[in-house]
Amino acid sequence: MSNAVSALNGKTATGPVTVQELGLTGMVTLRGDFEDEGFAAAVTQLTGLQIPDVRQFQTDGVKTVLWMSPDELLVVLPYTEVNAFVTAMNDALAGSHYLVANVSDARAIFSVSGEFATEVLGKNAPVDFEASQFVAGMVRRSRVGQVAAAYWKLDDGSFRVVCFRSVAEYVFGLIATSATAGPVGVY
Amino acid sequence: MLLLQCPYCGVNAEETELAAGGEAHLKRATVGDSDEAFEGYLFMRENKKGVHLERWRHAYGCGKWFLAARDTATLEVFGTYPAQTTEPPADVTENIRAKYPDWSWKETA
Repeated sequence: MSNAVSALNGKTATGPVTVQELGLTGMVTLRGDFEDEGFAAAVTQLTGLQIPDVRQFQTDGVKTVLWMSPDELLVVLPYTEVNAFVTAMNDALAGSHYLVANVSDARAIFSVSGEFATEVLGKNAPVDFEASQFVAGMVRRSRVGQVAAAYWKLDDGSFRVVCFRSVAEYVFGLIATSATAGPVGVY
Repeated sequence: MLLLQCPYCGVNAEETELAAGGEAHLKRATVGDSDEAFEGYLFMRENKKGVHLERWRHAYGCGKWFLAARDTATLEVFGTYPAQTTEPPADVTENIRAKYPDWSWKETA
């Protein structure tokens, strides 16, 4: 079997704000009707987490379920568990109208942490990162620079950023350069 | 800068996150309709200086299409609403009439 490698193979830029590509991470796109009891039950049963509210995410530290749109979730889980999860999800949802796609190797995931991580992201996105507006537990799909991305804020104030794998180098470079340039004092 | 609130995810999205989709509430001409009806459906569009009902897509966000009532001259937004509607909802109409008491939409005029 081929040797799976993440987009940037764990590339890290350290400094006051550390940007790290998180390496191989399982990511599964789930689409379906959130109101449907079968769908909600399958998500809860297989992740142990509830379907999150609008623009929120649920996490237990290992698995994370993110709200991506009114009919789309992103499940982040360990890379080794993805195939089993997809199979189980397909079995659980068989017969209903749904989509389960393993996008682990089609996305790149980054951690942005440090004292002014908020400002680093704020420089590159049309999003209000003010602490009272963008609270921990919130997820936002928007863009980083010129490309689509989603970001969410963890309890420790750090962020996770997900983008398409093909633009991983661009996103990493952009965020790392913004971090080097220092804070601007907005947030 | 244009800010529209996406009715699906509640985000106040600015225009670089959005994709414009032209006029809203178009009725599709179908089998058996006249050539004129097809021409109207395909080509005839409102081009107003003033209140305009438009389609927008929250392209970088949740990816959903929604509709917006906007003044093309001042960029004032009167409201946004889900795409699963065949006419502007009452609250949007009210907002428009508060500013333009004589406003009427072509379908209701």
